[in-house]
Amino acid sequence: MFELLGVPPQVLMGQLLLGLINGSFYAVLSLGLAVIFGLLNIINFSHGAQYMLGAFVAWMLLEYLGISYWWALLLAPVIVGATGLVLEKLALRRLYHLDHLYGLLLTFGVALIIQGLFRNYYGISGLPYQIPDQLSGGQNLGFMFLPNYRGWVVVASVVVCFGTWFVIEKTKLGAYLRAATENPTLVGAFGINVPLMIMLTYGFGVALAGFAGVLAAPIYSVNPNMGADLIIVVFAVVVIGGMGSIMGAIVTGFGLGIIEGLTKVFYPAGSAVVIFVIMAIVLMIKPEGLFGRNA
Amino acid sequence: MSATDTQPAPELHRPATQGMPMLHKAIFAALLVVLAVLPILVYPVFAMKVMCFALFAAAFNLLLGFGGLLSFGHAAYFGGASYVAAHASKVWGWSPELSILVGTLAAGILGLAIGALAIRRQGIYFAMVTLAFAQMVYFFALQAEFTGGEDGIQSVPRGSLFGLFPVDENEALYYLVLAITFGGILLLYRIVHSPFGQVLKAIRENEPRAVSLGYRVNRYKLTVFVLSATLAGLAGATKSQVFQLASLTDVHWSMSGEVVLMTLLGGVGTVFGPLLGATIVVTMQNYLASMGAWVTVIQGVIFVLGVLLFREGIIGVLSKWLKRPL
Amino acid sequence: MKTYVLGALTVASFALPAAAQDAMDVKLGVLNDRSGVYADLSGEGSVVAARMAVADFGAADKGLNVEVISADHQNKPDVASNIARQWYDQDGVDAILDVPTSSAALAVADITAQENKILIDSGAGSTQLTGEQCQPTTIHWTYDTAALAKGTGGAVTEGGDAKWFFLTADYAFGHSLEEETSKVVAEAGGEVVGTVRHPFPATDFSSFLLQAQGSGADVIGLANAGGDTVNAIKQASEFGITQAGQSLAALLMFITDVHALGAETAQGLVLTEAFYWDHDDDTRAWSARFEEEFGSKPTMVHAGVYSGTMHYLRAVEATGSTEGDVVAEWMKANPFDDPLFGEGYVRKDGRVIHDMHLYEVKSPDESTGEWDLYNLVATIPGEEAFLPMEGSGCAFANAG
Repeated sequence: MFELLGVPPQVLMGQLLLGLINGSFYAVLSLGLAVIFGLLNIINFSHGAQYMLGAFVAWMLLEYLGISYWWALLLAPVIVGATGLVLEKLALRRLYHLDHLYGLLLTFGVALIIQGLFRNYYGISGLPYQIPDQLSGGQNLGFMFLPNYRGWVVVASVVVCFGTWFVIEKTKLGAYLRAATENPTLVGAFGINVPLMIMLTYGFGVALAGFAGVLAAPIYSVNPNMGADLIIVVFAVVVIGGMGSIMGAIVTGFGLGIIEGLTKVFYPAGSAVVIFVIMAIVLMIKPEGLFGRNA
Repeated sequence: MSATDTQPAPELHRPATQGMPMLHKAIFAALLVVLAVLPILVYPVFAMKVMCFALFAAAFNLLLGFGGLLSFGHAAYFGGASYVAAHASKVWGWSPELSILVGTLAAGILGLAIGALAIRRQGIYFAMVTLAFAQMVYFFALQAEFTGGEDGIQSVPRGSLFGLFPVDENEALYYLVLAITFGGILLLYRIVHSPFGQVLKAIRENEPRAVSLGYRVNRYKLTVFVLSATLAGLAGATKSQVFQLASLTDVHWSMSGEVVLMTLLGGVGTVFGPLLGATIVVTMQNYLASMGAWVTVIQGVIFVLGVLLFREGIIGVLSKWLKRPL
Repeated sequence: MKTYVLGALTVASFALPAAAQDAMDVKLGVLNDRSGVYADLSGEGSVVAARMAVADFGAADKGLNVEVISADHQNKPDVASNIARQWYDQDGVDAILDVPTSSAALAVADITAQENKILIDSGAGSTQLTGEQCQPTTIHWTYDTAALAKGTGGAVTEGGDAKWFFLTADYAFGHSLEEETSKVVAEAGGEVVGTVRHPFPATDFSSFLLQAQGSGADVIGLANAGGDTVNAIKQASEFGITQAGQSLAALLMFITDVHALGAETAQGLVLTEAFYWDHDDDTRAWSARFEEEFGSKPTMVHAGVYSGTMHYLRAVEATGSTEGDVVAEWMKANPFDDPLFGEGYVRKDGRVIHDMHLYEVKSPDESTGEWDLYNLVATIPGEEAFLPMEGSGCAFANAG
């Protein structure tokens, strides 16, 4: 049988599919980061903590209120987004005119606070969260067994990602948003409440992180550190795609998921570092990122 | 740190060649006196840790505060040097001063290699390139044989200075560490206030103008990068001798974040800020150790308050208040 | 720093200078992870266990003025060694307890020997502690990777699942767990058909699980710990690995991890532990008291801290000394019969020899409560469970 570097094609197919699934998480998370950076110029380092928050809110809704996964998928992002609104209103707003560094440091501090608090109250071992009944089980694709839930993750992510892209790049609302970041005074003069719009945009970006958190809850361990190391990987994805580029974040997210998946087959130990190698290369050759408009 | 309006560094209103202002002389002298008697008052190993991190933060500050370059990968030089120095002491049986020297040199070479690539980018892209390379160094430290994986290099012998003076005892080692870190910090002071430092400042304030004045900007940037990496390495190599171990903690990206915290807290671009910032952060970690996750929360609160209320850092605010550069 | 002064007042006010015995000060430092991955299985629970041991021993009545202090080493060897030095040099600590994370434990063991104090390690798993890097003042109480490999690897292979595939965390701890288990598997007549080393820590294991599935192995050995193990098991159940006929063997897992997974996901999993709260009447009684104080059931690490502290206090009482070599010698010369670990003794190299138990996680139908998680499969006698001292590389124990 035809083999690629000793790996049978059906195994490779399986790995590609798994990479795509992991890429879905990268895509949704990096999309949130890109929206926030592109429209607010803030490097949201608390994104990983907000992703964790999404998973925890889903767990709390189930544990304390008996609210199911499906409602949590809707409610948790709203709740996490709302905390984002508060953060924007109280703190981030004061930093827009400053260097990127300060936004990064502030949100890094916020991440430490959120993670520390959850560690105090929920410990570190993690909490159980079951896959919803409707999505348990899986399909035998011949080359691999695909759990229904993973299939759902890809579908949900693709819909959310391209929906967001469409709203920002193709609708009037998106046009206002983009205009507001270019020239807030001018857009404000048209009678549009620019600060409110910016605040809602941050809330939306954060809600995307929360959404990814809910998606992750049934398959990854729900614990306070789940987003801590993810943040720099996702951040690297955004840089590779081009800071602020919506489409760049989405495509790179899926793409790097696949590349990482392949690395796991050929050089498993290297899968943790491959993204950074790619980031270094991209920054050296095309610093504005693969899809960036300007450096 | 491209935007100049946020740059909190107070200007020195005197030519660089005039030597150290009286106030700074007085502070350095007072510091030296306090440090000389410190081992009587506090635990020497703790004091040595503070000094190592003070030097680390000061070296980082050279790059950020005076070079205007935010590196998010300084742990690579700090930790890298500590591995090399620990290896030299333990496996090759070198005396402490040689081990520290070779560790420092290794950090300098690493800084040259990474810096040569990184300085071609600016702002956040520069930060990301340094992060990317630091992650690769971390990966190397995790995988390589000689670094001992997550156990690190343990039981590093302290040996004898020049093969003659044993520094096994904390008190003896303390004065060696004091000499190294104090020397390193004075060297940094000298660099900042030299003509070289003045050109750096000019580049930081207005790079195109420096270019048009005929300065080879990239050469200056690379030099400051290598100097910063080397001195960060000196701090890391010294730390490995103090704690008799080198571990992954020192190369992890959160260490790169910690040094930013120290520098920011004390005051970016000030002379004494990083020293104070390092002292506060290390003291806090030391004395709050029993509080577990609350330490993380407190650090987070400091970050947030620092960014919102005193971006100039403690020394920066003090300096403004006294109307004197500190 | 939080300190717990137990019985200090009573002793101080009633002990007369002319009394037969002056109160002797003993300070115990619980040094473990209070904020990271091992915080739940060691953490504050170990402090509670040490305090319970002091109270149960009746230290105050026996002329010992015992104080327990604690600190967080964040699983970092440099932080651990810093605190250990300071405790010994400045704060008058006589013994350090618990110390999970092998790298931190090895660092502390070194300093403890230099200062001639005692380290009673409960949380760390490295066989190095009583192997090549052994120290005369190290007592390794609860478990080590070799004992876990022996229990789980041996039992599973002999049970008919002879073909192994390892999912190994790519760092020294994972490697040694894999290596030791491979040895046991080969001895028991099994074979290792493949290995994949995953980065540490990792969140997504599906790729590695798929590789394991394609290997044709009977059993997938998880040579990792904590969150990695939990994630791997969660995803194995999702990908139908166990339904498809392969079984999972967790080589290092604590009851807190099983609790985090829930019986639904973890059922059927085989693992080795030194202590389970529902083992017999003694363990149930002690665990109930522990739960009252702490809020959840004890792990084997907590139990080890309790028993280790007990044995240490006996030694201090008997020898009237807190010198590391003196106390260690007594502890090694006198076997114990412990309510939590049964009969056992401290071997010359510091390895504590006691029985280990092989458990299987109950199905949700069998389980009657959130902590009712294990069925006992087998008990491995201490002599077989741990590595023999000969050839362990421990120089002082094997000399002469």
